[in-house]
Amino acid sequence: MSTPRRYADPYLAGVCLGFVLLAAYVFAGRGLGASGAFASSAAGVVAAASPSRASANPYFARYLAGDGPWREWLLFEIAGVIAGGFLSALFAGRLRAAVERGPNLGRRSRLAYAFGGGAVMGIGAVLARGCTSGLALTGGALLGAGAWVFMIAAFAGAYAFAPFVKRAWR
Amino acid sequence: MNPFAVAVLIGIAFGWTLERAGLGSAPKLAGQFYLTDLTVFKVMFSAIVTAMLGAFWLSRLGILDLSQVYIPETFLGPQLGGGLLFGVGFVVAGLCPGTSCVAAATGRGDGAMVMMGMFSGVLVTGLAFAPLRHFYESTSRGSLTLPELLRIPYGVVVCGIVAMALIAFQFAERLEKRA
Repeated sequence: MSTPRRYADPYLAGVCLGFVLLAAYVFAGRGLGASGAFASSAAGVVAAASPSRASANPYFARYLAGDGPWREWLLFEIAGVIAGGFLSALFAGRLRAAVERGPNLGRRSRLAYAFGGGAVMGIGAVLARGCTSGLALTGGALLGAGAWVFMIAAFAGAYAFAPFVKRAWR
Repeated sequence: MNPFAVAVLIGIAFGWTLERAGLGSAPKLAGQFYLTDLTVFKVMFSAIVTAMLGAFWLSRLGILDLSQVYIPETFLGPQLGGGLLFGVGFVVAGLCPGTSCVAAATGRGDGAMVMMGMFSGVLVTGLAFAPLRHFYESTSRGSLTLPELLRIPYGVVVCGIVAMALIAFQFAERLEKRA
């Protein structure tokens, strides 16, 4: 396999991402997102396991209204994200089965950190009603107050906790 | 056009851009929090500035009706608390929910684990929602925007954010050179 291509310039990539976000505002009347797709599929799984429990749950019930949890816009968008990420890596020679980790962390520990960190992000995203894409990016560019509160809090939380997991990355 | 087709196309462009920037790689994202690689900040803020200026001018020119675009609602307490928690999870996981999908799609097992953790976190929090509901619905401010909160005209806030971003980009370049 050929050597992977270099990553794009971050400012250029950021401007492109900004145009993608702008296209979402114009053509879909909403922004980007990610955590909503997880929430909608969680609602779908709970509804499949116990319909009465899901509809009695005020958090999940919202995703069951309308066309149901599997016809959620963000789920289609995330399917696109997976396809787009795959295609980009394919053309750049960056497809690779691997567990990426810091130099001092074992493979199994890294996977445990990944799962644990993901779970904590899940709790945070539920409480905040969004994540880096659906709240920080989408709401940030529309000057939503809550989006900026979330963004500043998320960076603050990450910087405050970074020294405790330094061994995982440095 | 079918809204789901639009969603898939926008998603493809989103995933493609994240991967091109290198944001499907956890150690690269984690560098943000040890000030060795500020790609996360540079990509995020150039995107915010671009989309913010685009939305501002398209609305001024009468092409985009901003009242028809959904602004994420503000709940100050939950977004402050949830944001802090989210940040802690972010630095442990090294990926956020969107970038974990890109990492998994390009073969990274840690990306798939972040996705599973994220799904479990949302599922368990949703199932244990009753005692959290009071906090979840507290400090609601509707679709409050920074210009309304600060009582500064919209265009001035836009200029202020552009200026802040340009200064911060200079600062980011210096930090990376030092690292």
